[in-house]
Amino acid sequence: MGAATEINRLRWQCRRGMRELDLLLLQFLDSGYADLDANATLAFNRLLDCPDALLLEWLLGRQLPSDKEVADVVQRIRRRPAA
Amino acid sequence: MSLPRRKFDTLIIGAGGGGLRAALQLSQAEARVAVVSKVFPTRSHTVAAQGGVNAALANVLPDNWHWHMFDTVKGSDYLGDQDAIEYMCRAAPRVVYELEHMGVPFSRLDNGKIYQRAFGGQSRNFGGDQAARTCAAADRTGHAILHSLYQQNIRARTHFFDEFFAIDLLRDPEGNVLGALVLEIATGEPLVIEAKTVLLATGGAGQLFRTNTNALINTGDGMAMALRAGIPLQDMEFFQFHPTGIAGKGMLITEGVRGEGGYLLNGEGERFMERYAPKAKDLASRDVVSRAIYTEVREGRGCGPDKDHVLLKLDHLGVDVVAKRLPGIRETVKTFLYLDPAETPIPVYPTAHYTMGGIPTNRHGQVVVPEHNGPEEPVLGLYAAGECACVSVHGANRLGGNSLLDILVFGRAAANHIIGELKQNRYHRPMNDDSVDQAMARLSRWDRRDGSETVDGLKRELQTVMEQHCGVFRNEEILKEGVAKVVELEARMQGAYIKDHSKVFNTARIEALELENLMDIALATVCSALERRESRGAHSRVDHPERDDVHWMRHSLFHKDGRRMDYKPVRIKPISVEPFPPKKRVY
Repeated sequence: MGAATEINRLRWQCRRGMRELDLLLLQFLDSGYADLDANATLAFNRLLDCPDALLLEWLLGRQLPSDKEVADVVQRIRRRPAA
Repeated sequence: MSLPRRKFDTLIIGAGGGGLRAALQLSQAEARVAVVSKVFPTRSHTVAAQGGVNAALANVLPDNWHWHMFDTVKGSDYLGDQDAIEYMCRAAPRVVYELEHMGVPFSRLDNGKIYQRAFGGQSRNFGGDQAARTCAAADRTGHAILHSLYQQNIRARTHFFDEFFAIDLLRDPEGNVLGALVLEIATGEPLVIEAKTVLLATGGAGQLFRTNTNALINTGDGMAMALRAGIPLQDMEFFQFHPTGIAGKGMLITEGVRGEGGYLLNGEGERFMERYAPKAKDLASRDVVSRAIYTEVREGRGCGPDKDHVLLKLDHLGVDVVAKRLPGIRETVKTFLYLDPAETPIPVYPTAHYTMGGIPTNRHGQVVVPEHNGPEEPVLGLYAAGECACVSVHGANRLGGNSLLDILVFGRAAANHIIGELKQNRYHRPMNDDSVDQAMARLSRWDRRDGSETVDGLKRELQTVMEQHCGVFRNEEILKEGVAKVVELEARMQGAYIKDHSKVFNTARIEALELENLMDIALATVCSALERRESRGAHSRVDHPERDDVHWMRHSLFHKDGRRMDYKPVRIKPISVEPFPPKKRVY
């Protein structure tokens, strides 16, 4: 799968059941995803496999995932993007 | 054209709570069921329903279904159909117990019974003291229900087509529904799914408005498919708004913030609600607060560089109060605006929340249309349930806790009717190739490689037009302009194109198809709103501020063909009890 196709695939995986998740995940896909190294990219994929209710807890900062690499990606998503 | 085909007894489009509840009932009855969903089923918007599900269990306070029925009829501003409302309220305890047996972890009382919380609009004794009717699984009821239903469906061997987008319904010249053309998003390949019965359970259309609380998937796909198949949409002018969404983002800031002492400020630093509601001020009803915010912005007294919102101030409450009483709001605002509401006011604007209108159905979930024999003739083989349908149990205004109930009760009712139907119709009708070709044309239209308009640009314009011309502030002039602008956008959409013509996960193409759906529904909504010259429930016309039962206690029907309006009476006769006659709706 080419890079553009992979981004498209991820774009669809960022479509979730809640507006909060849609906005945070898509904003990150457009502005932060390209900076991830290979391990963090895998962690981002693992994050997207998690259920929406858990994603909400993590992305709103109520809990941190126990998987350290996923937790790091969560922190990056929560960081303010450069204007 | 020869396309791959699959055959099932029933095709369900949409895998939220309504679709999954129906699928489970059917699979357990040994029907061959296919569920098509554009996203993975547990990512459906049902997951966002936090409040709970209403049922008169009387676990906390005395209650019965008849009081629940009264509250729902009154809440609907007497536009709800009383037979469907009676059916729903009577069925409510049963669907909740069924969920409990499927493993939904409802919050409990010390005696082990299901805990029930009080919500707005709930009363005892037909308008008396507050009732407690909402069953919840902490603050993630929708999530718990969706996951339980999905797991039960896997066990019952329901066949899932995950990440398939439904293009259009397939019908024969007699109007029988034969199935649907769908598109596998991962491969870009079309597939014909033949079915003896089809259930639409595709949810609402919050994406019609720029500021909304809905997930991006809520583009009203099933409603638009029905319109294109010649079926009218009912009561589309009724859209529920919440006065305080985060400006430009849409997420809800609960009324609790104002209950705790937060108040609204305009760009001049004025506490403007004092002018609109001298007594209740910031705690006036939702529609009053929403219109006040809209008016301030429209008259140039908004905040921010574009003066396009107002501020919700709570920093005067102090960090301790905000941290203790409003922790969820604080997290949300910090996450999305990178500011602490305990120190800085929150930019807010009215946000679109729930589609009361939809595909007209009876209480068995059968899609019904006006035909020679009356206003509600069933379309053979076609069903709808949940937010995409209009039974109508919510009428002009939905009560909190009744949307999860709606999807569960009518998903189940539709499945039961389908089971009877399948016994009588054992064979698939012959496929109509013309219908397949028509649906394929909708797809191939986006193969063109040049044009003057982009999908993104048109979607943004449409959402802005709908917000400005069909939002919380409506009058003849604004709505007329709204119709003209949507018609113009629809014409411009003919010149739209997409750059990406790849097959695998071509999300640009899906977004283009979603835009077409939104455009159809926008017209239905703004045309219906223009014609209804009264104020009722969520539809408030400043030029017709009163409810007019003599002329308007009737359902609107919008037909795509010629943008024609039609009307039918409200079903005021319940199944077994006396009707509730219309009264002024005061709380």
